[in-house]
Amino acid sequence: MTYTFGLDTFGDRNGDDAGLPLSHAQTIRNVIEEGVFAEQVGVDFFGIGEHHTDYFPMPAGDVVLAAIAARTEKIRLGSAVTVLSSDDPVRVFQRYSTLHAISGGRAEVILGRGSSIESFPLFGYDLADYEQLFEEKSALFAELLKGGPVTWAGKTRAPLLNQDVVPHTESGPFPAWIGVGGNPESVVRAARLGFSLMLAIIGGRPARFAAYSQLFRRALDKFGHPALPVGVHSPGHVAATDAQAKAEFWPRWRDMITQVAAERGFAIPTEKSFDWDTGPDGSLYVGSPETVARKIAANLRVLEATRFDLKYGMPGFTHDQLMTNIELYGRQVVPRVRELIG
Amino acid sequence: MSTSTRLAVLGAGHVGPVIARLAVNAGYPVAVAASGDPADIALVTELIIPGARPQWAADAVADADIVVLAIPLHRFADVDPGLLSGKLVVDAMNYWPASDGALDAFEDGASSEIVARRLAGSAVVKALNHIGYHELEDRARPPGAGDRRAAGVAGDDRAAVAVIAGMVDRLGYDPVCLGSLQAGRVLQPGGPVFGAVLSRAEFELAVREQTRSLA
Repeated sequence: MTYTFGLDTFGDRNGDDAGLPLSHAQTIRNVIEEGVFAEQVGVDFFGIGEHHTDYFPMPAGDVVLAAIAARTEKIRLGSAVTVLSSDDPVRVFQRYSTLHAISGGRAEVILGRGSSIESFPLFGYDLADYEQLFEEKSALFAELLKGGPVTWAGKTRAPLLNQDVVPHTESGPFPAWIGVGGNPESVVRAARLGFSLMLAIIGGRPARFAAYSQLFRRALDKFGHPALPVGVHSPGHVAATDAQAKAEFWPRWRDMITQVAAERGFAIPTEKSFDWDTGPDGSLYVGSPETVARKIAANLRVLEATRFDLKYGMPGFTHDQLMTNIELYGRQVVPRVRELIG
Repeated sequence: MSTSTRLAVLGAGHVGPVIARLAVNAGYPVAVAASGDPADIALVTELIIPGARPQWAADAVADADIVVLAIPLHRFADVDPGLLSGKLVVDAMNYWPASDGALDAFEDGASSEIVARRLAGSAVVKALNHIGYHELEDRARPPGAGDRRAAGVAGDDRAAVAVIAGMVDRLGYDPVCLGSLQAGRVLQPGGPVFGAVLSRAEFELAVREQTRSLA
């Protein structure tokens, strides 16, 4: 079994040592350094999630990934996620096949909605059309990935007739995943269209997603597709000790979730709920390298998954804290997980 | 109602399967329906809601004593009110523009009252809408458990509210009854208990404070 380990960021706006926010531009430059450093410490994948807010100023992650690609050689680079419903699948394919070219075949894409909804009004889409937009556009994206001329018609963009879409990839399609947050029908869709499955687990017990993993495998079988990997994306933070990691992460997590709670329907976290979320049954990977490694290994097993992406950072972390997190993740957590799952 | 009370859950997305699974575990016979052919949700039902039966919506509803609406609210316009006539209907839907987009028909801000007006032939009870689907199952506890949480049950028909309170209790939550759909507005997005998972005392306090601030 080949396991791969990634780091994801939403371009969480950095703070300085005094807690004041850095500029969007400096945050973006820091993300490039973080991506380059991730390769140096042995991380397999670096992902950037699309967001359009003051605290996640990261609408054009593919441009940032291209800068990282120019300075790295091995690390795979991708979106985490691309909000496909409010984008044009042809353009997304073109941007990521261009990244694939720049990086010498290291691009990936994770399609989904994420927790990002601000792109809908920004680009003139109606959230009420979300299902149809995602269904049509993910089906078109699956066609584009095949690489040949595409013929397609639907309601959400202009039709294509035997259209050659460039740039061509050199050796077949790049890896493409659909990110799923809890809707079993989305799991079945990913299988039907032949995408890999990325489980976004940001609350509750990760083990409850085990049935989704089984559903995915059974559905792949039903639709006649070969086996495809299942991955897990969850938030967390690694520091030297459990206490330090929790002390650094808690106020930023509390402030972030409190800010979005009303619109997302999240419960406002308390210290007690945070203890549970960071404990063995919760879905936050916050702690020392050993604590985080044990939790990752346990959940990869339970979920029959072969890929784990840690969404690191939160608005307000300093770049130095994030670099420490990345170093501990790459040099200690990942090797320890590999040892534990043997 | 006895253990033979039959449930139909309409919706196989985020919320429907969670409610259906809790109901199966509580011993209810449960049918699940999406918008189309039950064959489309057969695999989801088998693996995610073992013990439930996938059916066409019309068949599931015809056989049911309680119908749970767990579809996106913008799809509610597709539901035939005649189909639900005479049924006890649990409205687990939310009008949540920030998350799902704005809907003109629901802009006056009291989604279950609007649902009830359209389902004039049904007894509509608002319940199971305010605890996130991530948490609804994890937090369910048997009666008497020390860490049991509360869930609101609101409706204009007292007998219907009592039945659904009984169901909520069996599903794993302390029911807190609110005497009208209007009073149930506290359960909506933006209300004091939406998204929160509270003990009965905390829940009642949050509702009282909100009611007082509105008075």
